[in-house]
Parts: sequence; C-alpha cells; structure tokens
Amino acid sequence: MPPIVKATNLTKSYSKGIFALDNVCISVEPGEVLVVMGPSGSGKSTLIRTFNGLESFDSGQLNILGITLEGHNNDERNIHRIRKRVGMVFQQFNLFPHLSIIENITLAPIKVQKKKKAEAEQNALLLLSQMGIESHARKYPSQLSGGEQQRVAIARALALKPELLLFDEPTSALDPERVNEVLDAMRKLAEQGMSMVVVTHEINFAKEVGDRVLFMDSGKVIETSTPDIFFLNAKHERSRKFLNQIKK
Amino acid sequence: MKISYNATAQLVIALIVILVVSILINNLTLNLIKTGLGFNFSWLFRPASFALAEHPLPYSPSDSYAWALFIGWLNSLKVIFYSLLLSTLIGTCFGLFRIGKNALLRLVSAGYIAIIRQTPLLLQLMFWYFVAILGIKKSIISPMGNLLSISNQGINLLGVTLSAEFTSLLLGLSVFTSAYIAEVIRGGINSVNKGQWESFRSLGLEESIGLYKIIIPQALPAILPGLTSQYLNLAKNSTLAIAVGYSDIYAINDTIINQTGRPIEAFIILLLSFLFLNLFISNGMEVLNSMVTRSTKL
Repeated sequence: MPPIVKATNLTKSYSKGIFALDNVCISVEPGEVLVVMGPSGSGKSTLIRTFNGLESFDSGQLNILGITLEGHNNDERNIHRIRKRVGMVFQQFNLFPHLSIIENITLAPIKVQKKKKAEAEQNALLLLSQMGIESHARKYPSQLSGGEQQRVAIARALALKPELLLFDEPTSALDPERVNEVLDAMRKLAEQGMSMVVVTHEINFAKEVGDRVLFMDSGKVIETSTPDIFFLNAKHERSRKFLNQIKK
Repeated sequence: MKISYNATAQLVIALIVILVVSILINNLTLNLIKTGLGFNFSWLFRPASFALAEHPLPYSPSDSYAWALFIGWLNSLKVIFYSLLLSTLIGTCFGLFRIGKNALLRLVSAGYIAIIRQTPLLLQLMFWYFVAILGIKKSIISPMGNLLSISNQGINLLGVTLSAEFTSLLLGLSVFTSAYIAEVIRGGINSVNKGQWESFRSLGLEESIGLYKIIIPQALPAILPGLTSQYLNLAKNSTLAIAVGYSDIYAINDTIINQTGRPIEAFIILLLSFLFLNLFISNGMEVLNSMVTRSTKL
C-alpha cells in the first residue's frame, strides 16, 4: 500500500533565513501512529497543518491520500478533497459555541456528505457513546469540561469517517486530571487501526501508542525512530537534550 | 460615608439641572410674551397653502399644516426605510469583500470605504443630485428596456417612478452609511476567533456555508450594536434632504416656520417625531439583539 502521507523536501519560511519547515521528508503508512515531538517553534504544528491545507508551503511536494499539493497555485478543489478525507483535532478544541454538541457533530456530514439528518444524528450518538459522553448530546460546548469538549471534537472529526486524523497538541489546553480521558480515546482509535499524526508532549502516550516518533527542531527533522530507541537511546545529541529537559 | 457623599453630589447636580432648565423656560416665556405670539398649536389646522412635489397620500395646498407635516413625516420614513435596506445590502457586500480572499475586491472595498468616509455627506448628496442625476445629458437611459429607465427627471423602475430628489437622497444616504456598515461588519467578523475558521475548513465545509452557519452567527452580537448606531445616524442624516429639495419633515417644517413664525412649536414637533422614530429603531434592534444573544448562547 502506498503511504498515506508523503512529504518531499517540504520547505516554508516566514522571513528570510528563518525556516518553519526546512527540507522535511517524511511518510506515514496506513494504520500508523506517528508522534511528532519537538520544542515550541520547531515547526511541528506547521507541518501537520500543511497536511490538510490550513498552512501553505513554499517549495517541495506533499502527497496526501494520493492527492498532490505543490508549493504554490494549488487548486482549491484539491485542498477541499483532502479536507473531506482528513480529520483534525485542535489544541483549543474549536467547537462551534452556538451549536449544540450533536449539531457540532452532524453539521459536516449533513452539509458536506449530504447525509440525512436522522442518519447523521444516529451516527453522532454512536460516536458520542464511544467517547463516553452520549448524555451531553443536547448540551452546548460551554456546559462541558475541557476534556469532554475535546472528546466531542474527536467525535466531530470522526463523523466524516476520515482516513487520517491529525492531532495538534490535543491535551495541552487541558487540566492535568482531564488529560487521560482524551488520551484513552485516542488510544482506542489507534487500536482500531486509525492512521494518526499526533503532535504532543505526552511521553507515555508516545511510548505506548506511537509506532514512530518524529523529532523536529528549527523546522528540520532531526530524527525518526521507534519509541523504544527514541526514549531510551536517541540517535541525536539534540534529541537527548530535549528529552532531558522535558523529563525534569 | 461613601453613600452619603454620593447622595449629596446627586442632590447638587439635580439642583443645578433644575435651575438651568428653569432659567431657560423663564427666558422662553418672557420672550414669547414680549413678541405677543404666545404658545399654542392652533395654527396647525390652518391651510398650509404651499404645494408639495411628492406626497404618498393625497395632498393639496388647501390642506392643513398638520397634514403637510404628516406627509413630510411619511416622506422621511420612506427614504429612511429604503436607505436602511440599501445601505445594509451594499455595506454587507463591501464588508465581506474587505475580508475576502480576492485581492482586487479587497482593494476596491478599502478604496470605497476610505473615499466615502472621508468626504462630507452634504458634498456627496450634492454630487448625486447635481452631477449624477441632473447631470444626465441624454434625456433617457434605458439599460434594461422597459424595466428600468434613468433620466434627469429620476428613475422609473418596474413602472414605479422615483423622483430625482428621492433618488439622489436615497443613493447619497445609502452609499454614505454603507461604508460605515461595511466597517461594522468587518469588525464583527474579525472578532470571531480564527480557530472557528480553521475548524470549519478542516471539516471540508465550503467557505460560504462556514460563513453563514459558523462565522456570522458568532459575529452578530458584535455587529448589531454598531449597526444600530449607523441606522440612527442614517435616520438623523435624512434631514439633509433639504439640500436636494426633497420634501421630508425637516424641509416642510422649515417652510412652515417661515410662513407661521412659530419655530418653537414646530421644533418641538420635529424633535418628538425623530425621538419616536429613533426609539422605534433602537428598540427594534434591541429586540433583534436579545433574540440573537439568546440563540447563540454566548
């Protein structure tokens, strides 16, 4: 099977000489969980945001689910095709505050996939029960805790039956005691074979769920290793320094 | 201690206000006695004996001043109502252009807003009346056959004739107010968290659906108060009708003062009619605002 994501020499700079992405080459295989780690400003968020066209890049090539994006003059329709098949979960949840939980989840299936309302709601309730929050279906986002909101956001992304899920620091905005309920939900998805790219600082999640860890600094990919190697015996000095910092 | 201080301050302020108002009323009464005019509204029922070019209801010079004022009020309402609709339409378009993806439209919109906001309304009204409408050389322009014809007599749209005066006032008020409304709309939309845009885009929703379903409902609570101010300004600015010779309530009031020499009574009527109109507009918008706030749960 061809890789789900294939990035070749992906480069982006905001100002001259400072690279958000510097010749990034990576691939993600179907069913793989790729964990992206690195200090803040290393380009990890920028990288996964290029995967669904939220962020553009200057040069290089990106192939997502067989659809190719170039640095410039991308056909909007190609980006749109990718977004229909790739789900994303954000650090700040970004639920729609004026819509109820169930409306948050059914909006895209109804408007994008032209599903019937009843069918979309049935599916949404199923997803919510998988996330353990079906009792909140008729509430509004502000009535839920952070962890519950993030699980709604995951359910919303899943409602389109995506082939790839992107997580951009999904637990960074949560209270510490709420982190695990979100990580558990993600763990279950990984067990079901979902392809995922996860930007996170959660070492235990990376160790237990990640198939590979990608470590970035200053827009460059420093190393890509299995979690066993990365956390016990990282190849690069820079990776070891980073791990020492966050273990403190 | 604090409370008693506040109470004293309030009492002093109240006394000053009462004093100033009494001096003014006293002054007015003395002057009215001196001129021998008195203060009454019986002149309202004498014949107006001036003609009106535009009257939505039957009117002749033998009708009373009261009826003439009422006709003027209807004329004012007419131009305010249509300007309100047109300015909202134009303003929303330019506001959306201003934040849209199309660079040319963004530039055009920015230029439009800058030019309109930085020139006086009176000048713009003069432009619409003397240059744009009365300046038409060819007697009749019919871009859409019988549906629309434009001449220096005004506009004929689908069989309805709009006078040159009404048309220039309508265009002047609408264009002027639309530039401000465009900025109110832009500000409201910009107040919505960027994450909401990313969120609906990442779900594969079209820009237009996202704007309509996600962004605008959240922008409305920020847009409506600004929009109310612009509507109230529009209503008050409509009194510049006198500059292009449109018979609104202010222009008719002006004629009546000249004829009857009763500025005080006439201005009281004018004041009250605008007070009621603007109370109506602001209360209407308040109802809309509370509906929106309730439905968006923000």
